[in-house]
Amino acid sequence: MKLESLKDFFVTQYNIIKSNRFGICGAVILVFFGVVALLAPLIAPHELWESLRDSSGKLAMLRPPSWEFPLGTTAMGRDILSQMIYATRTTFLIGLVSGLISIGIGANIGLFSAYYGGKLDEILMRFTDIVYGMPFLPFLIVLISLFGRNIWFVIIAICCIVWRTSARVVRSQAMAIRQRQFVLAAKARGCSDMRIIYGHIMPNILPLLLLYTSFNIAWSVLAEAGASFLGFSDPNNLTWGGMLYNLWISGKIRTAWWWFAWPSISIILLVSALVFISRAYEEVANPRLKQR
Amino acid sequence: MAILEVSDLKQYFYLKPDFLAKFAGGKEARIIKAVDGVSFSMETGEILGIAGESGCGKSTACLAVAKLREPTGGAILYKDRNITKMSKKEIRNYRREVQLIFQDPYESLNPRHTVFDLVAEPLRALTDKSKATIKERTMETIEMAGLQPDEYKSRYPHQMSGGERQRVGIAQALVLEPKLVIADEPLSMLDVSIRAGILDLIRDMSKQMNFSCIYVSHDLSILANISDRLMIMYLGRIMEMGATRDIITEPRHPYARALIAAIPIPDPAYKRPIPEIKGEVAQPIDPPPGCRFQTRCLQVMDICRNTEPPLKELKPGHFVACHLY
Amino acid sequence: MILDIQNLKTYYQTEKGAVKANDDITLSIDKNEVVGLAGESGCGKSTLIRTIMRLVPKSAQVTARKMTFKGQDILSMPDKEFREKILWRGISMVPQSAMNALNPVYRVGDQCIEAIQAHTDYNKAKCVEIVEGLFDAVGLQAGMMKAYPHEFSGGMRQRSMIAMSLVLNPALVIMDEPTTGLDVLVQERILRNLKEIRQKAESSASILLITHDISVIAEMSDRIGIMYAGRLMETAESMELFNEPYHPYTLGLKNAFPSIKALDRELISIPGSPPDLLGDLPGCLFAFRCPFAIPECETTRPPDMEVKPGHFVHCIRTDHIEEFRKRAGDKKTWQSSKSAI
Repeated sequence: MKLESLKDFFVTQYNIIKSNRFGICGAVILVFFGVVALLAPLIAPHELWESLRDSSGKLAMLRPPSWEFPLGTTAMGRDILSQMIYATRTTFLIGLVSGLISIGIGANIGLFSAYYGGKLDEILMRFTDIVYGMPFLPFLIVLISLFGRNIWFVIIAICCIVWRTSARVVRSQAMAIRQRQFVLAAKARGCSDMRIIYGHIMPNILPLLLLYTSFNIAWSVLAEAGASFLGFSDPNNLTWGGMLYNLWISGKIRTAWWWFAWPSISIILLVSALVFISRAYEEVANPRLKQR
Repeated sequence: MAILEVSDLKQYFYLKPDFLAKFAGGKEARIIKAVDGVSFSMETGEILGIAGESGCGKSTACLAVAKLREPTGGAILYKDRNITKMSKKEIRNYRREVQLIFQDPYESLNPRHTVFDLVAEPLRALTDKSKATIKERTMETIEMAGLQPDEYKSRYPHQMSGGERQRVGIAQALVLEPKLVIADEPLSMLDVSIRAGILDLIRDMSKQMNFSCIYVSHDLSILANISDRLMIMYLGRIMEMGATRDIITEPRHPYARALIAAIPIPDPAYKRPIPEIKGEVAQPIDPPPGCRFQTRCLQVMDICRNTEPPLKELKPGHFVACHLY
Repeated sequence: MILDIQNLKTYYQTEKGAVKANDDITLSIDKNEVVGLAGESGCGKSTLIRTIMRLVPKSAQVTARKMTFKGQDILSMPDKEFREKILWRGISMVPQSAMNALNPVYRVGDQCIEAIQAHTDYNKAKCVEIVEGLFDAVGLQAGMMKAYPHEFSGGMRQRSMIAMSLVLNPALVIMDEPTTGLDVLVQERILRNLKEIRQKAESSASILLITHDISVIAEMSDRIGIMYAGRLMETAESMELFNEPYHPYTLGLKNAFPSIKALDRELISIPGSPPDLLGDLPGCLFAFRCPFAIPECETTRPPDMEVKPGHFVHCIRTDHIEEFRKRAGDKKTWQSSKSAI
């Protein structure tokens, strides 16, 4: 019965996204990036840090897009297409992991805060307020500087901030659900607090949760891009933001438009895709938004 | 043997004085005395009806008995055990024996759960029975509630009518074979033509499973049909209590008389008497001393304004709280 | 005749086809008459009200052989004319849950005055006078005009809505479940009050009273119509409907209502639930739940037979009514319908 509902769950999600034009658009882009990320080592024509020479034997520095190097090369003669492919994988991974962990934190804080109320609610929400007050990027920078430039520390740092919005929103919807009579009925039937929170309240805020999962992933991608553009990323794991950083420190930002274009466009596309998917969920969470 | 004994049950809600009231001089907290000294007992297998208008405290009293809210005062003895002081384990046992049927079939079922999940839930939450036993008992109970188990087990609430949903609610309450069922206006949101069926279900199950039932309603016509004994409440106190037939045919308390006179009859030829009552229904906030009914009673006397009338036994089993007697 | 409706059909267009919310309704209301319409959820009473008051969506298909108010055709009357001449002046309404229809940020008296000013050009003083008079008539003190809705109890709000419906002295007031959700003493007061208002010569408004509570209908109505699944099953003068009912659904409803004057009578349910009103609906829509149905009932649409003067029944088996009345009192009879098995 559990397995059945899992399959049902995915079918429902598929249908939700399919029914909305934005959703389809977002899903297509997401799938595209996802496939690239998955197959990265198989489809990248060159190595990540390999300095390449062109047909005439010269170091292929700062070449604009051509047949040989479809997306151009960097100042160190590295193939941007390959870099993009590998960076897609890293960026995607950081975004996904950070996004999922942060929604996990935020949703749980929201649910517990809403269900128990009183002192716990006060404490959790004041804590959330404090985190809200922290400026995103500077905080990230401080954390990464403290922990070190490692991909996992980047993920942790992002998670520490991104959860805050979902906590607030989940709490408010959970509070509305908590007032409903079936929650009282569940208590009367002997359900424990955990069972009510995860078995009764959470399933009823699922569209909202999925919406914010998508948002959280989007914010994580943006956060990572911002931080790594400023140099606060793992030098061994290249991301799109990292590529922009490399461009920046090379000083060629005014001339090598191709080095700038592909990472920037990709960031915009990925974040937009995630937001489009959120739009599809928004209509489910708030049916009045559906255009008739 | 009395299965339930409620003594002097009180449920007060304290309103903090609002900002302006503090300046105006009303410094004390205002008290809503939703339930103010309710005492009654119940035998095994009987159906006790609690009647009264909105604000009389009947639903509040039931929440206290169902242990969904802590009473402000008084004692509730279930099988001679005080339920206000119970450990977590004892509460679990209590819930196995005391269950509720809710009023709104559209709100009391989780829209995301199937009928099977809904009815199986009390078993999963309160017992350690095996999956197979749970399945068997669940399907059995669904059938007992008048629904075809195979047809309904995978349905969601929004795929069912009000009557069907209420049957699921009843199945949920009865799956644990409780000894005391509290039904809070289970028919008021259902179509008239199907109410009788649900009422019959409750009555039949009560006899078959031998459970006692507290049936709360503002509809005296229905209470007249299902309850053995009847209790009429007003502003948190009991006004009259006794055998249903006695109260309906010969009400003694002025409030009970007015209430019964006001009931419309499905007969155009019937000339209904005018209820002997004045004023509007009062709020249970900061009630004045004396009888709760004083502001509306046409036969109010001086004593009514300062002394609260006790519940007197006029004839065996028939109690009235009124200074006229 | 104040309101004359003949063969009214209101069909809602949906993606899946036409929903026949009102199918061939014939109803008339005379001067100073209270006509009660009884029916459960989904019977089409809300649609009927909305059709009369022109509150149905533009996509709804409304046809009728005749629909007149005081002789004027209101079916094909232009919207603007309807709003100026008929709405609230001729026909007014007390909607369901009227107590929630009051704007919480305005005083109750002001809302009533606004209703008058929207339809007339009376000066403020005259409006106030009218509202004061009506408040008095419904049993509210004139001082209550200055109060806000939240200061009123549910019953008082309902009464102020009734007052608001009478401000322009309409010939017809439509009341949609006026006492549902109210306590029995409050309900009693309102019904008694309505009777008092009608007895006064000035307001000779007819009332179309719509409710599922047949006790209330029995008490208030001169004539009664029983609606089911968008159709009128039976129409008759009040006493006659109760003493000599002809339609099986009416028999079923009588069984289902408890009465404190008949404590020993067994309550009997009608098994099953109302049908979907989508698509082609051949035959009688009650046949599935009717214990007296024969195969022909499901294929032939019953005509509206006049079994006695002024008494109409939507059934093809009216000749067996004596037998049906006897059998209707037995619980087992109702277990034999198709929906019960």
